[in-house]
Amino acid sequence: MSTLPDSPRRTALDATHRALGATMTDFAGWDMPLRYSSERDEHNAVRTHAGLFDLSHMGEITLTGPQAGDALDFALVGNLAGLKVGRARYTMICNAEGGILDDLIVYRLAAETYMVVANASNAEVVLSALTERAAGFDTAVRDDRDQYALLAVQGPESPGILKSLTDADLDGLKYYAGLPGTVAGVDALIARTGYTGEDGFELFVAPGDAEALWQALTEAGQAVGLIPCGLSCRDTLRLEAGMPLYGHELTTDTTPFDAGLGRVVKFEKTTNEGRFVGREPLEAAAKRAEQAPPRKLVGLIAEGRRVPRAGFPVVSADGTVIGEVTSGAPSPTLGKPIAIAYVDAEQAAPGTEGVAVDIRGTHEPYEVVALPFYKRER
Amino acid sequence: MSNPQQLRYSKEHEWLSAAEDGASTVGITEHAAGALGDVVYVQLPEVGADVTAGEPCGELESTKSVSDLYAPVTGEITEVNQDVVDDPSLVNTAPFEGGWLFKVKVSGEPDDLLSADEYTAFTEN
Repeated sequence: MSTLPDSPRRTALDATHRALGATMTDFAGWDMPLRYSSERDEHNAVRTHAGLFDLSHMGEITLTGPQAGDALDFALVGNLAGLKVGRARYTMICNAEGGILDDLIVYRLAAETYMVVANASNAEVVLSALTERAAGFDTAVRDDRDQYALLAVQGPESPGILKSLTDADLDGLKYYAGLPGTVAGVDALIARTGYTGEDGFELFVAPGDAEALWQALTEAGQAVGLIPCGLSCRDTLRLEAGMPLYGHELTTDTTPFDAGLGRVVKFEKTTNEGRFVGREPLEAAAKRAEQAPPRKLVGLIAEGRRVPRAGFPVVSADGTVIGEVTSGAPSPTLGKPIAIAYVDAEQAAPGTEGVAVDIRGTHEPYEVVALPFYKRER
Repeated sequence: MSNPQQLRYSKEHEWLSAAEDGASTVGITEHAAGALGDVVYVQLPEVGADVTAGEPCGELESTKSVSDLYAPVTGEITEVNQDVVDDPSLVNTAPFEGGWLFKVKVSGEPDDLLSADEYTAFTEN
């Protein structure tokens, strides 16, 4: 499939989105649904019932072979060789300086098969980095981006909806696990993952099966309040759940430790004598984060109603710039604008007085809180 | 979506009513509200303020973006809709009615205001 920069790619569900009257948006070179109706209603549907998403823009890369796990241990910051078959892990790929190239979910599908899921905007970078870093290993790196459509069912009603369409053992499927199965007669990799802060599933299927699965899920979910959901509410859902987004909280100038996600970096690897790309600078970043972190990622909750956006300065009581907003939006669950921001460490404690966001010249008061803003009851 | 015939429209997607008791009512069109998505914050000019046709006089904030609100005519603000300040979703649910934004005593009009049919054609291009 060719990709011209001026003609965004369309997913296998493109006609469905248009028939549903979706407002479409160009996202990382893909023409994706931004919303179908009100993004607030879509957000609330996922929190209280269920939402159906097309995430086919995500980039799948498969590694196969006896040293696939060793190659991933060298290429990524996590411990993937030790991942159990059928489980998934959130991890990152860094450059030689320890800067984040992307955050990833890696599924171990079989002893010698891993699927890496990258953000659409970074899939090309991740594919070439993995190909290069895996070169010395007995493994093959395969670009599977065109092999999958990805549908997500998210929200408290999602287990019931899926159960009505599959014989797969969903009760035995833990959070961050994935198993092959059949859903509505369609072969799927069923993963219990998501980016919304709710229970939910992501279904990797052949693009030719996407339409049938979408319709089956829509029908099965209708009675329990499932509605189609666009990328706009996906962003507010992940923001409330305190989940980072590449290009906002995570960039090549940021190490996992700067982003408060040092836990994904595993220095005690059993493979490759512990060597992996970015190890030395990441060790230095770990030490820095422990001793004197220059800045911290915090949550901000508005006292007023104006919405902070990425790039807006965070200021102290005397007007000094002490940080920068990385993501901001009106929170449907809290009923107030919220933001994630990098803030100087000494002003980052929850409850710090006098913190404000400079919204087009006006200093709007904000409360500093620990992330996340929202956590579901389990 | 139909744009009421009795209103006139700006290319910045505001609508303007005929003067009633010396003041015209201004709002944004259903087309503009749909493009913005859920409006969550509305900042309006103050009563007594002078506004100038084609210049920003407030802002509308939605989930994904913030947009300037432009004055479709020149004049003095005589009233603002406190209901829409308290409940900005009125802009989405009733853009031509309960979601009106302000009233203005018109002292000057640009010559490029559109009729309903002209505005409909404008948004379809």
